[in-house]
Amino acid sequence: MIRFDQVTFTYSTADLPTLRSVDLHVGEGELCLVTGRTGVGKSTLLNAVNGLVPHFTGGHLQGSVIVAGLSTATAPPQEFAPVVGVVGQDPLASFVTDTVEEELAYGMEQLGVAPPVMRRRVEETLDLLGIAELRRRPLRTLSGGQQQRVAIGSVLTAQPRVLVLDEPTSALDPTAAEEVLAAITRLVHDLGTTVLIAEHRVERVVQYADRLVHLAGDGRVLDGAPADLMRTSDIAPPVVRLGRLAGWDPLPLSVRDARRRAGDLRDLLRAHQPPAQRTPEPVPAVAGTTPAPGAATARRPAQAAPPVPASSATATSSATAGHGHGHGHSHGQDHGQGGGPALSARRLVVAYPDTTAVRGVDLDLRRGEVTALMGRNGSGKSSLLWALQGSGPRRSGTVDVAGTDPGRVPPRRARSLVGLVPQTAADLLYLHTVDAECAQADHESRAPAGTCRALLDSVAPGLPGARHPRDLSEGQQLALVLAVQLTAAPGVVLLDEPTRGLDYHAKETFARLARRLAGEGRAVVVATHDVEFTARAADRVVVMAEGDVVADGPTPDVVVSSPAFAPQVTKVLGPQRWLTVEQVQQALEAA
Amino acid sequence: MRALPRSVHPGAWWLWALGLAAAASRTANPVLLVMILAVAGFVVTQRRDHAPWALAFRMYLVLGAVIVAMRVVFRIVFGGGQGDTVLFTLPEIPLPHWVAGVRLLGPVAAEQLLGGLYDGLRLATMVACVGAANALANPKRMLKALPGALHEIGTSVVVALSVAPQLVESVQRVRRARLLRGGTVRRGLRGTDALRGIVIPVLEDAMNRSLALAAAMASHGYGHTGRTAPRTRALTGALVITGLLGVCGGLYGVMGASTPGYLGTPLLLAGLALAGCGFVLGGRRVTRTTYRPDPWRGAEWLVTVAGLASAGLMYLASRTDATSLYPSLAPLAWPEVALLPAVAALVGVVPAWLAPGPPRQAVRP
Repeated sequence: MIRFDQVTFTYSTADLPTLRSVDLHVGEGELCLVTGRTGVGKSTLLNAVNGLVPHFTGGHLQGSVIVAGLSTATAPPQEFAPVVGVVGQDPLASFVTDTVEEELAYGMEQLGVAPPVMRRRVEETLDLLGIAELRRRPLRTLSGGQQQRVAIGSVLTAQPRVLVLDEPTSALDPTAAEEVLAAITRLVHDLGTTVLIAEHRVERVVQYADRLVHLAGDGRVLDGAPADLMRTSDIAPPVVRLGRLAGWDPLPLSVRDARRRAGDLRDLLRAHQPPAQRTPEPVPAVAGTTPAPGAATARRPAQAAPPVPASSATATSSATAGHGHGHGHSHGQDHGQGGGPALSARRLVVAYPDTTAVRGVDLDLRRGEVTALMGRNGSGKSSLLWALQGSGPRRSGTVDVAGTDPGRVPPRRARSLVGLVPQTAADLLYLHTVDAECAQADHESRAPAGTCRALLDSVAPGLPGARHPRDLSEGQQLALVLAVQLTAAPGVVLLDEPTRGLDYHAKETFARLARRLAGEGRAVVVATHDVEFTARAADRVVVMAEGDVVADGPTPDVVVSSPAFAPQVTKVLGPQRWLTVEQVQQALEAA
Repeated sequence: MRALPRSVHPGAWWLWALGLAAAASRTANPVLLVMILAVAGFVVTQRRDHAPWALAFRMYLVLGAVIVAMRVVFRIVFGGGQGDTVLFTLPEIPLPHWVAGVRLLGPVAAEQLLGGLYDGLRLATMVACVGAANALANPKRMLKALPGALHEIGTSVVVALSVAPQLVESVQRVRRARLLRGGTVRRGLRGTDALRGIVIPVLEDAMNRSLALAAAMASHGYGHTGRTAPRTRALTGALVITGLLGVCGGLYGVMGASTPGYLGTPLLLAGLALAGCGFVLGGRRVTRTTYRPDPWRGAEWLVTVAGLASAGLMYLASRTDATSLYPSLAPLAWPEVALLPAVAALVGVVPAWLAPGPPRQAVRP
C-alpha cells in the first residue's frame, strides 16, 4: 500500500538528512505506529506519504514514495486526496469551513463527488465516528476530542485507503483520547483502512499496532513487530518497562496482557510498601548553584508569619478526599517550613458570558509540593490557573499569597508572587535570540544581569544563546519560558499543560525539574492530561469537572481507584498502590 | 400551510435587501425611511438564525447612527447655512479670504440641520439594508453559489473571512501572555517594544496557521485539477482577461459623451461575450460540486418579489408624485406620506411571515 524505496530526505537548511535510506513497505489494512523522540522526523515521514514533503516544505528527496501506485514524484499532494487522508496535530488549525457538516463535505466538493453521493457519505461518516449530534455545531465550539474526530471524518469522506495521523491524541484528556483511538481501530478492523500513526504517548496506541516503525534519530528507520522492537526501544511505555524489569517474555504491550502475567510480581511485592514517593532526587547541576540566590531561599523567612494558621492547611477544599491529607507522605513537612500555604484561594469564581468556568473553588497550595491539576478538556483548569495568577478574569473570591492578592496588584508585582507558564508558552517569547530574551527578563524583573541565564542553565543546560527562540524544540522553549518566569522569583509556579508534545525523555527531565522547583521551597501546580507524568511527579492530585473540584488528595489516593487517571503500573499491580516503574524497581532492589 | 423551516437561498435575501435599499435611495422622507428601516429590522429579527454573522445587524445599525450624526455635525461645523429659521448662533471662526465659500460654525439653521438629518438617514437606511442581507444570508453560502470558474476566488474569500476572528483571538491570547511578563504595555516610552511583543507572536501564529491551513487544503484535494490540459487553462485565462478588459473599455465608451460610438455598446457586448465564454469554459474545467446546494423555489421568488416590488413601487411614486418623497425644507413643513410610497415602503415586510423560518440549531449540550 505504502512503499518507501531508498528514501533520503534533507531539509534545505539542514546539513544532515532527516531520513536516510528508508525502505518501508506498509501492507493493506495495517495499523502502523511511528515512534521516536521529538524532532527525529516523524512528521517528515508522515507528510512524505502524500507528498506534502517535499512539495510544501522544500528540501531534497531522493528515492521514491509510492502509495497505491501513485508516486509523489509525479503527482502533487492534491492528487493524493482520494487515496491518502492526512490529519494534523492541531485539528483547529486545519479546518477550512466552520460547521461540522460542511467540513465533512469539503474534501468531496473539491474532488467533484456527485451531490447525492456526498450526502450519503456525510451521513455514514457522522455515524461511523459517533458525531451525528454535532452536525450543525460550529467547529470552534467543539471539545478537543470532538474536533479531532471531525478532522478524521473530513478526510474519511473521500474514502481514502490510507489514513495518516500525526499525534492525534496528544492534546486530549484520557477519555477523549480513548474515543479517538476507538474510532481509529474501528476503521482498521471494519474497513481495512491502512493507518500510519505517530504518537508520543506510545502507551495509548502500542497495543493496537500491527507494526512499529521506530526512528532511531540518525535518519534510520527500524520496523518490525511491536513486541520485538519494544524490547530495546528508548521510547517505551511503563507497561513495557515493567515487563522488561520483571523479565516477561513475550513482552506485554497492554495492561491486560501484563496483568495476566503479573501474579508472581504482585506476590513478591506484597511484602513491600511503595517507597515514600518523593525523597529528594538526584538532580544534575544543583550543587551550590541554586540559581538566583534571592529567588527561592529569600522567600522562606518572609513567610514566617503566614496569615493563615497552619492547621487550616489540611482542610482544603470542599472535596471529599481533602481530609487525611499529609498522612502517609512525610515530605510536605520536610520542605514546608511549617506547612503554611504558599497560596490560598477562597470561593474563587470565574465566569464568562455563557459559561461558568470555575465555581467557588477553595484551594491551598503548600510549599514543597507538586500538585497535578487534572480533568477533561474544558473543565476549568486553565481558567483556575489564570485566576490564581491574577492576570485572568475573576468574578469573585480571594487569592492570598503572603498576605497579598495577586489579582489586586500590578502585573509586575503579581508575577513576583505567582509565575504562570501558559499553554502556548511561545506566546511569551518575541525577541530574536535566547540571550536577548534572558536580558529582557532580567530587566523586567529588576534582577541582577545574568539571573535568567543562570536559571536557564540550571533548567536546561547548554542552550545556545544565539539561537532564535522559535527554533528551539518544545521542551527547550518550555525551559526558556520557565526560566523567564522564575527570574521574578515567584513562590508559586503554575504550569498549564507543559507536557504536551514532550517525549518520554523530555517528560522525565521535566518531572525532575518540577520536583526540584518544589524542593527549593516553591509550590508547583501542573495542569496535565498525562497520568504517567502525574504518577511520576505529583504529590497531590486535584481533579476538576465542570468548574468544581471533585477530588483532591495525595496522588495514590486519587489515582489508584480511578479508571481514567490510574497509571499503567497501578492498573497492572492494583490493588497494591504502586505508581511508577521506579518504585517497583527500588522495592525489588531492596528485596 | 406554514412553510417548513429551512434556510432561504442567500441570493434571494440579497435581491430583497437591494430592492429595499433602492427604494430608500429614491426618497428623503424621514417617515418613509424609518418605515423601511423598521421593515428591514423586523424581517431580520423574524428570520435570522443564531450564527455569528446574524448578530452583525446591530453593528450596521450603529454604523447608520454614526453616519447620521456625522452628517448633522458636518452641517453645523461647515455651515452651508442657508435657511431663515436660525436656531442658535455659534461663534464663527474667521478664515482667510482664499477659502471663501467655506464657513466654520456661525449661525445654525433648522433647514440646514434637517437637510443633514434626512440625507444621513437615507444613507443609514441603505447601509442597514445591506446589513440585513448580511444578517439573513450566510455570506459563505452566498460565495458557494458563485459560478464554478470563480470557485478559487470564492474559497480565498472564505478563508480570509475565517482568518479575522482567529487573528483577534491570537491578539487576545498574546496580550494576556504579555501580562505574565509584567505587562510592559502601559509604560509610555517602551510602547514600541510592547507592540513588538504583541505583533511578532501574533504574526508568527498567523503565519503558522496559514501554512497549516494551506497544507490541509492541499491534502483535502483543493486545487485538484484532474486531467485538464495546460493549454485549456491558458485559453480560459486569456478569454476572461480580454473579456473583462473589453467590458471596462465598453463601459467607458457608454458613459463618456465624447467617445466614438463604436467604442461604446459594441465593445461592451463583445467584452461580455468573451468573458462569458471564459467563464463557461472555466466552469467546465472545474470538477467541483456543491454539498447540499440551496434550492431556488417559491419562497425565494416570494422574497425576491417583495424586495423588488418595494423598489418598483417607489420608482412609480417618484414618477407620479415626487413631492411627497422629498419633504419641503423651504418653507419648512412636516413630511407628509402619500399612500403609494407608504405601500412601497411596507411591502418588503411580507417575508417576515411568508418566508420559511430558519432551521433550528441543534441544542448545545
